[in-house]
Amino acid sequence: MDMQVSFLDRLFEAGLLIDTGVDGLYGRSGEFEEVIAAFERLIDRIGGGDGAEAMRFPPGMNRAYFETSGYMKSFPQLAGTVHSFCGNELDHMGLLKCMEVGEDWTEGQEATDIVLTPAACYPLYPTVARRGRLPAAGGLFDLQSYCFRHEPSKDPARQQLFRMREYVCMGTESQVTDFRQRWMDRGVEMMKSIGLEVTIDIANDPFFGRAGKMLANNQRDQNLKFELLIPITSSAKPTACMSFNYHQDAFGTKWGLYLEDGSTAHTACVGFGLERIALALFHTHGLKTKEWPEDVRAALWG
Amino acid sequence: MAVSDERSKTLGDFMMNQTIRELLGRLGGLPVAVTELEDSADLYAAGLSSFASVQLMLGIEEAFDIEFPDNLLNRKSFASIAAIEETVSMILKAREVA
Repeated sequence: MDMQVSFLDRLFEAGLLIDTGVDGLYGRSGEFEEVIAAFERLIDRIGGGDGAEAMRFPPGMNRAYFETSGYMKSFPQLAGTVHSFCGNELDHMGLLKCMEVGEDWTEGQEATDIVLTPAACYPLYPTVARRGRLPAAGGLFDLQSYCFRHEPSKDPARQQLFRMREYVCMGTESQVTDFRQRWMDRGVEMMKSIGLEVTIDIANDPFFGRAGKMLANNQRDQNLKFELLIPITSSAKPTACMSFNYHQDAFGTKWGLYLEDGSTAHTACVGFGLERIALALFHTHGLKTKEWPEDVRAALWG
Repeated sequence: MAVSDERSKTLGDFMMNQTIRELLGRLGGLPVAVTELEDSADLYAAGLSSFASVQLMLGIEEAFDIEFPDNLLNRKSFASIAAIEETVSMILKAREVA
């Protein structure tokens, strides 16, 4: 039996996830949301003292920023663009006719200025760049957003619309690599405190095509990405629930992020896959939060 | 004959070097002129970005009609002009043997 399908079916049966008819696009129950809210409060307790500036963006971003980001160079297969009807009354009649007879009615849809956010931190870099140079201490930001990736799957841990909580650090190389290391240590401790078995491993992003194979190898060779893995649908292939990314000065150069002395900022981000962490908790401790071990409940709900 | 073999090999090496330099100049996006670079110069230090190295890889594949195997798709293969020559030669040689 396919383990992934069966866990998804159990989540549907328990009402934790709600089927919409599209793989990877699910509703969430109140109980599921309570777990995410509790875990985010745990993040706040651990990271809150660092003084990060919180910003929340909707799950759509400025298409011009998306284009500058270079996302289409690396992940064209994952992007989601927002298109709308921009025609006249005659075009509208044509559209309705197509819908009526079951023909493709989307042909005349035109790209809007909005693209679905692929990672919570994407709208941040141009926003910070507009402010001018960073202060001497660098910058630390707290983000959370629904993110979109076009990868339909029956694996409940691979959803097309999911939430990502992120901390982003901008500063010198040592500032941002220290930040990344600190969160790798914290991540392991946090997951232990809620009874999750974790490993940390070097990783790469799912770059597109053969050129992507080289980008992936480069990323690994330079230790740019690490993931915190937790078994959800497979013990042999545990799921990445956090990622720890060092961008060197790539984003600093791309967006014009400068430190107080005029040098280009290095950046790093730490991301929590909130649905994946909730799923890891349900998979490990059972589908009823009331029956979870006392210490886990205490760590989450105090 | 040994002598002419040697000469043609040297000529071949020279042409490969020139082709690689031409591609590097066109696709590498380097802030310095390729003529300024020694064969052994560190291309990443000279400003070769990860993405430019991919463009270069695709250009080399087309120019030499080769395909880099996955295990050679890495930073080391593109670290210098000499390293690229070595990698391309290795792929061409493997093809001759096959």
